[in-house]
Amino acid sequence: MTGRMVVAGASMAGLRAAEQLRSAGWTGAITLVGDEPHMPYNRPPLSKEVLAGKAPFESLAFRPRASVADVEWRLGTKVVASRLAERAVVLDDGSELSYDGLVVATGMRPRRLGCPGPLAGRHTVRTLADAQGLREELTRPGVRVVVVGAGFIGCEVAATAVGLGVAEVTVVDPLPLPMVGPLGELLGRALLRRHEERGVRFALGTGVARFEGEDRVTGVVLGDGTVLPADVVVESVGSLANTEWLDGNGLDLTDGVLTDGRLRVGGRPDVVAVGDVARFPNARYDGVPRRVEHWSIPTDTAKHAAKVLTGAEPAPFAPLPTFWSDQHDFRLQSFGAPALGRDDVRVLDGDPAADVLVGYHHAGRLVGVVALGGPAAVSAAARYRAELLQQPALTA
Amino acid sequence: MKVVVDMNKCQDHGQCVFAAPDVFQLDENGRLAYVDDPDDALLDEVEEAADVCPLQAIRIEG
Repeated sequence: MTGRMVVAGASMAGLRAAEQLRSAGWTGAITLVGDEPHMPYNRPPLSKEVLAGKAPFESLAFRPRASVADVEWRLGTKVVASRLAERAVVLDDGSELSYDGLVVATGMRPRRLGCPGPLAGRHTVRTLADAQGLREELTRPGVRVVVVGAGFIGCEVAATAVGLGVAEVTVVDPLPLPMVGPLGELLGRALLRRHEERGVRFALGTGVARFEGEDRVTGVVLGDGTVLPADVVVESVGSLANTEWLDGNGLDLTDGVLTDGRLRVGGRPDVVAVGDVARFPNARYDGVPRRVEHWSIPTDTAKHAAKVLTGAEPAPFAPLPTFWSDQHDFRLQSFGAPALGRDDVRVLDGDPAADVLVGYHHAGRLVGVVALGGPAAVSAAARYRAELLQQPALTA
Repeated sequence: MKVVVDMNKCQDHGQCVFAAPDVFQLDENGRLAYVDDPDDALLDEVEEAADVCPLQAIRIEG
């Protein structure tokens, strides 16, 4: 096989795509284009070990497989436009790359709050530079932190901030419980109690109306009129897909790039999408295309998409999603798709006040298992993985 | 092939066990145990295990 594969995006998904293209037999050229100056690195530590000052960059960088030693890395640059009909992409320096196959791996960027107020003092956590900048602020004495958004990143940042000795950490969210969207009320309540016991405060059921301050943030005004004094604000309110460069090709780009069940984009055999920018149907569940921002997905999608791009016809994509989250001294560990089974949640083992194992069901079928607690709870969740893998598709 | 796991990094996620059960296991206490000189025929699954380690604690040599 000769020619050139272009991988747009050089983080985990892009690296795995290149490696899996080699594994699938592609011996031609591969060019990776990425806007960060770094080689691909592991992002989960950004809200935890990096923020806590425990992980230098060398410990985050992925070790690429030997098979990709000859690929071309175009770092510090990005793809800004594309003409899929002509098999060409345009970079931000105006140069063009033609390709035989294209991997869409441009990922997400943090959504920002649009409400009025100063920008200085407001942070997001997506890149190494973000985490390092936030760490500098959090380690100033007496700093008061407001975290907007009680999802994964918000909860992890709040826990890390408490661990750093920050005395005032408040999490704001319009929803009534932390992580209630993906996990439901039972674990949301258990998480709330655990965070409060360890010193995190919460302002739930209300959003941010505006920020106070002249040159930089001094406070956060909530929708109910409450004012929270703040020296630092962390916005963890979701993400937006980096797909603008695909405009003009007639694609469905609402919430990521839509793919078919084999991760092909726009019905083309020469374009696939991987990682959290891909909105794909999962044959394991209900066939509804969704983006999945779990750490396991870049690797899963890369493996499947590389086979497709090199001409194989693997079975429809049916990954078993898995995620974890380390907060304070406990871990959440999930297998399957708990969000699809929030209406039928059962304690499988343990007690929400201590270690607990929770099952999520849809139409009587187990679709997800989540453990909250120490190592015993986490390994108990893993024991359900085989059962989840054996469940018939929800559509079957 | 030589497999090295940085046990200072390992946090017992067990993802390697799913990817390469012939090489990685969790013992009764939930701690990782592994074969450090697996057969070269297992390279694919060991590479997959290294990929899926959330801590990137698995290194393959030789």
